[in-house]
Amino acid sequence: MRALDTKLAAMADPTRRAILARLAKGEATVNELCAPFAISQPAVSRHLRVLEDAGLIVRRVDGARRPCRLAPRGLDDVDAYLALLKQGLTRSYERLDQLLAASTSAGRKDKP
Amino acid sequence: MTALTLHTEGDTIVVVTRRFAAPPAEVFRAHTDPALLQQWCLGPDGWSMPVCVCDARPGGSIRYEWVNEDGHGFHLTGEFLEIDPPHRIVHVERMYLPDPTPDNRIETTFTADGDGTLLVMRMQLPDAETRAAMLATGMAGGMEIGYQRLERSWAR
Repeated sequence: MRALDTKLAAMADPTRRAILARLAKGEATVNELCAPFAISQPAVSRHLRVLEDAGLIVRRVDGARRPCRLAPRGLDDVDAYLALLKQGLTRSYERLDQLLAASTSAGRKDKP
Repeated sequence: MTALTLHTEGDTIVVVTRRFAAPPAEVFRAHTDPALLQQWCLGPDGWSMPVCVCDARPGGSIRYEWVNEDGHGFHLTGEFLEIDPPHRIVHVERMYLPDPTPDNRIETTFTADGDGTLLVMRMQLPDAETRAAMLATGMAGGMEIGYQRLERSWAR
């Protein structure tokens, strides 16, 4: 469970999710991953370290390059999808709680 | 309030449950009144729903358009199949990522539970291709992180 928590925490960051989405299309180097992001190579490297520590990606040595790819079965895409769904619904339903509480208390005031 | 639960049934169904401290009629109304939906059905902070069409009758149309603070957005469309106020809603919907995902049939029930409501939502688990598209954009259940622009740049 702790491993899953670590994976989900690593995935909570949108840039890291975008990196994972890019790596789903194939192996890439740090420089290749930097290209679509408006952030520095050291920042991308930090994100990669978090993803590597969470077991979501692996890196291999290829001369001076350290290309990254998704870890095999690093996080089942069903689990990842369900985690995103849960995050979105949790926040929406918290808002609905507040809305219902406001409407209920307003209703009580109307009653004698 | 009990916490949200989310589990799968077999390989194809996702079931979400959540209890609310209001009667079914109130929770049902919040799921069918556009002015109310625009206040809560937003996913993560930072999103708004400037367009909300919700014609809650059999055959009625659904169109939700979300936009974030950066001006990025996406939308879904759908149709109501069955409406039984305040107990049950069955509808289909598809997201545009930007291509439409396969239709997802979603059944939502509202059951009195003491002085509150137990909501149960049963939907289809999106297929592998749709899951990949949703993950790529960080989108699920009304979530989108605004990375469609990055996706487009990678697609070039």
